[in-house]
Amino acid sequence: MLLSLILLPFIGSLLPLLAAHKGRTVCSWLTAAPPACALLLLLSTAPAVFQGELLTIRWDWIPALGLNIGFRLDGLAFLFALLILAIGLLVILYGHYYLSAKDSHGRFFSLLLLFMGAMMGVVTADNLLLMVVFWELTSLSSFLLIGFWGHRRDARRGARMALTVTGGGGLALLAGVMVIGHIVGSFELSDVLAAGDILREHHLYPVALVLVLLGVFTKSAQFPFHFWLPHAMSAPTPVSAYLHSATMVKAGVFLLARLYPALSGTELWFIMLSLVGLSTMTLGAVVALFKHDLKGLLAYSTISHLGLIVLLFGLDTQLAVVAALFHTVNHATFKASLFMSAGIVDHETGSRDIRLLSGLRHYMPITAALGLIAAAAMAGVPLMNGFLSTEMFLGEAIEQRVLGGWSWLIPAVAVFAKVFSVAYALRFIHSVFFGPKPGPLPKQPHEPPFFMRAPIVILVVLCLAVGMLPALIVGPLLSVAAASTTQTILPQYTLEIWHGFNLPLALSVLAMVLGVFLYSQRHRLFNLWNRLPPLSAPDVFEFILHSILVQGSRRITKLLESGHPQNYLLILFLFTIALAGAALLQLPSLHGGVSMTAIDFPSLAIAMTMIVAALGTAILHRNRLTALLFLSVVGLGVALVFARFSAPDLVLTQLSVEVVSIILLMLILFLLPRQNQRDSSVQRLWRDAVVAGVGGLSLGILTFAILTRPLDSISKFFLAESVSGGGGTNVVNVVLVDFRGFDTFGEITVLAIAAIGIFGLLDGMRLFNPRHLGHHYAKDRHPMLLSVLNMPLLPLALMVSLYIFMRGHNLPGGGFIAGLITAIALILQYLTNGLNWTNERLNDNFHPLVASGVMIAGLTAMGSWFFGMPLLTTAHTHVHLPVLGEIPLATAMVFDLGVYLTVVGATLVILENLGKLKPFTSQPTTEP
Amino acid sequence: MLEIVVPLSLVIYALSALLTILRMALGPDIPDRILTLDALYVNAIALIILFGVYLGSTAFFEAALLIAMMGFVGTTAVCKYLLRGNIIE
Repeated sequence: MLLSLILLPFIGSLLPLLAAHKGRTVCSWLTAAPPACALLLLLSTAPAVFQGELLTIRWDWIPALGLNIGFRLDGLAFLFALLILAIGLLVILYGHYYLSAKDSHGRFFSLLLLFMGAMMGVVTADNLLLMVVFWELTSLSSFLLIGFWGHRRDARRGARMALTVTGGGGLALLAGVMVIGHIVGSFELSDVLAAGDILREHHLYPVALVLVLLGVFTKSAQFPFHFWLPHAMSAPTPVSAYLHSATMVKAGVFLLARLYPALSGTELWFIMLSLVGLSTMTLGAVVALFKHDLKGLLAYSTISHLGLIVLLFGLDTQLAVVAALFHTVNHATFKASLFMSAGIVDHETGSRDIRLLSGLRHYMPITAALGLIAAAAMAGVPLMNGFLSTEMFLGEAIEQRVLGGWSWLIPAVAVFAKVFSVAYALRFIHSVFFGPKPGPLPKQPHEPPFFMRAPIVILVVLCLAVGMLPALIVGPLLSVAAASTTQTILPQYTLEIWHGFNLPLALSVLAMVLGVFLYSQRHRLFNLWNRLPPLSAPDVFEFILHSILVQGSRRITKLLESGHPQNYLLILFLFTIALAGAALLQLPSLHGGVSMTAIDFPSLAIAMTMIVAALGTAILHRNRLTALLFLSVVGLGVALVFARFSAPDLVLTQLSVEVVSIILLMLILFLLPRQNQRDSSVQRLWRDAVVAGVGGLSLGILTFAILTRPLDSISKFFLAESVSGGGGTNVVNVVLVDFRGFDTFGEITVLAIAAIGIFGLLDGMRLFNPRHLGHHYAKDRHPMLLSVLNMPLLPLALMVSLYIFMRGHNLPGGGFIAGLITAIALILQYLTNGLNWTNERLNDNFHPLVASGVMIAGLTAMGSWFFGMPLLTTAHTHVHLPVLGEIPLATAMVFDLGVYLTVVGATLVILENLGKLKPFTSQPTTEP
Repeated sequence: MLEIVVPLSLVIYALSALLTILRMALGPDIPDRILTLDALYVNAIALIILFGVYLGSTAFFEAALLIAMMGFVGTTAVCKYLLRGNIIE
């Protein structure tokens, strides 16, 4: 059940995409169904959770890394899951009305549910590594949601910034989690929470704490990482309401609560959290007042409230934890409803600029009333939920002694921040909904549809209900959540509206009076604010990112990746020479004792031919065609060497590959200048010659040393097992399609990908005409003699190819060689008769061939599953057919057929597309 | 008789392979070199067949078949390149 709770949103994220074409209403209903079911499931666990039970499930994933799939549902997780699902549902309802017909409903809701699932994962994960995985997923889905309106520059920039900051924080968190896991010896939450004392004593504790807090501060937009949140407001308002006020930014807060027993209780914890929380709270509250954008105001207000919650975790009492959780819930309710109200204003008037808006209560009285209540809750007016938690906060702030003699600073600054928060709440309400009727607006304002307002009504009712009957509505939830956070028995506390006349109340009243005064003086403040130099966070952020990170990494890349193959090869060779040389120097003697075979003249002649050809290639490399001819001699020589030392399979492969490569190179040479430039100085040539010579010599010595030593290789096993295990006598082929079939499958997949990749690169490419100056081309495109002579070759080649394929399992041959032969025979038709002629007779779309090859091989490999055998198990038998005689049949041959088809398809795709590649002037210049 | 003739032929064909590579090195023209490569392919067929006869094995005959069937494809491609530049048009 716990699993379905987490999986439901993930599975559900597919539904909106599938239903996108069925219309908006169906799409929205289908989106709402999974979270609704999950919410019901969650509520059904309530009795157990409220009893203090801990629901867990667990599977091993990668036990060797300590990474397991495990989920837990305790009070804290329950509280957050409730917030995520319930507010999520309201946001879906709101989003249905908010999105315009132009926006893709399916994509939006799909991303929203993806985020919801990730968030559920974060709050219920029982393994810290697993939690980090979900944590990253929230950053990613948030990135996609902020950038939902990808056509807008501010959306793209905001999304990038959010991803960079929260993603970077996620990396820090991962490192922190690794350190915690190192100290505790386990990533399981239960182990970590029980190991608080070990953690705090450990000398790596500060490292772990700072890294984890970096994750928390970036995610929860704490100073100095707060700047991404206001720019994330370029997201659609439902996203702002959901992610950037109610849930995702609370992930940091959640982590503080989750790891509270493990990490809290040290000087470092209190100092860091209280100072960061305090400065964030103040900064957010002050800046919020000066924001003219409704959502900007709310964004800074969110930053301020998050600072308040973080500060509460930094106060050294358990009641502060209760207050923190309480305020988390309250903030989620009133801030989500405020965002939705702001969204309605934006939606119905076309503007979010407070300076333009005014007197909207005349047009949308109900929205105005709802906004008023929510803003009052935000300002901490009595009878609202915000009042209770801020009272608790002020109480704790007065009580704490975190900063020693400077502890009075915290309540003082808190009151200061609260003055501003009252002022900006007033501004939100008074400037927008009250006052004279507005000037001309982009749209004529009016009330939104009832159901668009419904989520706000629900949330506002909750604000009031919690504010008036706190003990009844949230009391039990809060106590069970707080108990599972601190993992201890909580001290007595009461949730009541009236605590009598005390210092917190006095401070509250003072803050309100000062706040109203501040608001009345706002125009002077705005004048003051306008004198500050303008600073755009995205500009600064991108400047830093660009000048330091991008330029820096470019410089490093340039250093390592010079673009000159000579340099790479030089480093590679020198390193290899050093490695091999070091190993060779330690040998007592180079000759290992195995006697050498006698040298015969033909072998010597072949060797000398190859040496001369290799030298020729190197010396004449600037004349590309000549160099290529020499290279072909080397290739042929290698084939002869294979024949001399009894490797018939290799001979066949080498010969076919040789032919295909010469065609490929001829195709490319056409696009290059005939003469290569001289691009190395004489000194450099000498240097390279020496390095190459030493490299070749070392390799030769190394080979000599290895071959003269007795070697016990694994080939005996394959020789012995080939017939019994693979049903074939050609060991090479049996190894390819059976013993190492998985490797082969990987290789043909790579081949297929390479073919498609090359197609993608070449398709539609236009190149400049290579100027072959002074060269006169013949007029006859397709000499008849060549065509006529080549035609009978095709059936012959196909027959040979079939023959090579069929016998491959027992005698030299197989799918790869047969595939190359077929491909060569077909390419030859292109060569002699041209593209048009051949494509008229041959379906030139070879992609299905490649795909079917990989699929046949894959399905054959998986076929063994149906017989309860592991992947790639083969069966083999012998059948007797008329004419052909005794035929050995093995399922490996079907696999080989897949190899064959892939090779044919891939080779043809590559060569044919290279052939199609035409310069701008499609004809080579002919002599008039 | 065969015991003498086959090794002798092998030596002679090996020698001719050496001579062809000499011709390729000397050139002087591209067509000379193309023809040299073709001649070398023919030599290779002979070497492989003779070697098979010498060993009394048929394992390499497919290799000879392959050279006979496809060895000239390279030559064709290079010639087409010289004649027309683009070999698939």
